[in-house]
Amino acid sequence: MSLRSRLGRARNAISAQVLGVRSASTVDASTWNALEEALILADLGVSTTADVLTAVRQRADAEAVDESAIVLDLLRAEFVERLGAVDRSLARGGHPAVWLFVGVNGVGKTTTVGKLAHMEVQAGTSVVLAAGDTFRAAAVDQLALWGDKVGAPVVRGAEGADPSSVIFDAVEHAAAVGADLVLADTAGRVHTRGNLMDELSKVRRVAEKGAGTVTETLLVIDSTTGQNGLIQARRFTQAADVTGVVLTKLDGSARGGIVVAVQEELGIPVKMVGVGEGPDDLIEFDPVEFVDALFELDSDVEA
Amino acid sequence: MFEGLTSRFEGILRRARSRGRLGPKEVEDLLREIRLALLEADVHLDVVRIFLERIRERALGTELSGVLNPGQQVVKIVLEELTLILGGETMKFTYAAKPPTVVLLAGLQGSGKTTTAAKLARWFKSRGRNPMLVGVDLQRPAAVAQLETLGERIGVPVFSRPTDPVAVVVAGRAEASRLGRDVVILDTAGRLAIDDELMEEISGISAAVQPDHTLLVVDSMMGQDAVNVATAFHERLNLDAVVLSKLDGDARGGAALSVREVVGCPIAFASTGEGLSDLDLFHPHRMASRILGMGDVETLIEQVETTYDREQAENAAARMLEGRFTLDDFLEQIHQLRRMGPLSSVMKMVPGMSQQMAGVDEALDEGRIDRLEGIINSMTPAERIDPGLIDGSRRLRIATGSGTQPSDVTQLVRQFREMHKMMKKMGGRGPGGRSSKRRGKGRRGGRPPMAEPTGSDRSVTKGLSLPGLGDATEGTGPDLPGPWPLD
Repeated sequence: MSLRSRLGRARNAISAQVLGVRSASTVDASTWNALEEALILADLGVSTTADVLTAVRQRADAEAVDESAIVLDLLRAEFVERLGAVDRSLARGGHPAVWLFVGVNGVGKTTTVGKLAHMEVQAGTSVVLAAGDTFRAAAVDQLALWGDKVGAPVVRGAEGADPSSVIFDAVEHAAAVGADLVLADTAGRVHTRGNLMDELSKVRRVAEKGAGTVTETLLVIDSTTGQNGLIQARRFTQAADVTGVVLTKLDGSARGGIVVAVQEELGIPVKMVGVGEGPDDLIEFDPVEFVDALFELDSDVEA
Repeated sequence: MFEGLTSRFEGILRRARSRGRLGPKEVEDLLREIRLALLEADVHLDVVRIFLERIRERALGTELSGVLNPGQQVVKIVLEELTLILGGETMKFTYAAKPPTVVLLAGLQGSGKTTTAAKLARWFKSRGRNPMLVGVDLQRPAAVAQLETLGERIGVPVFSRPTDPVAVVVAGRAEASRLGRDVVILDTAGRLAIDDELMEEISGISAAVQPDHTLLVVDSMMGQDAVNVATAFHERLNLDAVVLSKLDGDARGGAALSVREVVGCPIAFASTGEGLSDLDLFHPHRMASRILGMGDVETLIEQVETTYDREQAENAAARMLEGRFTLDDFLEQIHQLRRMGPLSSVMKMVPGMSQQMAGVDEALDEGRIDRLEGIINSMTPAERIDPGLIDGSRRLRIATGSGTQPSDVTQLVRQFREMHKMMKKMGGRGPGGRSSKRRGKGRRGGRPPMAEPTGSDRSVTKGLSLPGLGDATEGTGPDLPGPWPLD
């Protein structure tokens, strides 16, 4: 199932500009204006938009392109090149491997942990869940429900307990029972809160105090996030060495253009994409599909 | 929160101010910069266009021939238009003639509805109302449990049943009437604006309960999609207002401007922190001044007034005047200041400070205050009253006890002496006896002047003077010596 078909209705959200470019067929100033609008509306940000369009324009000029369809092809190629062929697999190894989930409030960390647990259990991995969100009321219950649903044990502490110790216990438990993987949830935190970011650094350190190794720190970003997403990525990377991004709720907005800037500036690729509320609605990120879905650049949309 | 936009405008307008006159070309340059700033702040493209058009018209029109210099006029125009886009007036919350007043909360997943519901309940409670929370989010696992925990924390009853949403709201409203609760807050499930089934469901809830207020919770970190989301909810629910959540981050909050302009309903409340008391009415004109780097003096004053213990402060001021102000009093002042929140967020509300704060590491400042507290805590009561007692060996003991260097202790004592000297000087300047008369007479006594649009960098120190403390230092008192010989 392609990303585009999974995004359903949301994929029409920002295509008016692109369709306008396509139907105009010739290339003039309005072509570039329309493309600029499309990229800004997709939350790419002003400077990434300018970078991308400058590059595309140079190529278009060099090749004396006068057909809008070819400009769109160049745009698509530019994005695919920028997002590039980086390794987007989730690193394992470590006994157990620990994947830490971090991000601001309300982006979908707990749900992502649940979905990924489902995927991994289905694939035969033995998974332990660590209920490290000891701040939000009932967050632990929410994760416990996921644990029951997918059949993974949940290590939990009391509400208000030190998240580091809960995650440490989970790692110890996983090591004791010979589990492969610990998925560690953390409380959502606004990245400007210095003390909470320090807490996260501590969580990251303590998670490796015992038998485990943190092989992934995944920053969860809501795909409706605007330019603040880049600042989030910077801050969380400083605090906890982010290794990848999970872009959630893409089924609702078909945007998330900020991840282009995140990868370009910080070298952190998107690894997974959330496209719904069900256990199966988490898929691997494919840059070509993402770009096509974002701008409906493939021609069969016309039909 | 709006720092990004603020620093941007400060830069642009400083340049505009420094130019003698504004020709069409200058106006276009300025507009280009404003456009960039607004887009980077996630203001919707269409709203940016409308905003720029208004500024251009006014900037190029007759208004520029007045007596103010062009730069000042542009600041004024931008401020006015920004205030206008943000909604002009602070919303007045009205209650139903026949209670209970029903408030329906709607929004996307993760926008912060459940937390906002509890914060709103607390807000109503603080205004003498008897709110009740109804958990209608039967979708998200443990959502009702979350609401119940929060309800317990703020002492507000929570009603929910695992039936269907419409049945829950109808029963919830009846329960509120039975219990004599006069405000009912409905916390609904998060939903995507494009999910027809769920949007139909919330329309059904709305139709069944006919809420007095329908509020959309919007995440201030949201990008260009905010406008579409708000429009979709507005079409279904006829929104009355918006609650802006997570304004405590550094998101520039362009969503606020956009939603207000496109959907037309006001931003009623803003949530500025994780604490359940961190929600208040949204003040458009304050936000506009803040965006323009003029500081949010009014909010600062309110925070000072609500969290600062006046009586304690006045006692401290009195002791100061009598020369009995000790390191214990000093420590208490620090505690009071800290109760207002992280120093960095307090400082950002001071006019002209947002620029300076940009580079300052918040942890550093807080850390210094921590050390200060540690040093004073490591002193004996006698030393706190008379730091003159502190000799070499005492200094070493204090430094060891507080994990600092002896030089830190020396520095603190020196600063404290300087403070004493300053008090003494101030005490000796003005006409005699005024301060003791002024003290305690009206809460607004120490209120610093509001920053004017044209004088953005004035009154920094005045803005910082605290009520009580400020009154006392500005006024006079008997010229008494300190508790130890001053050098």
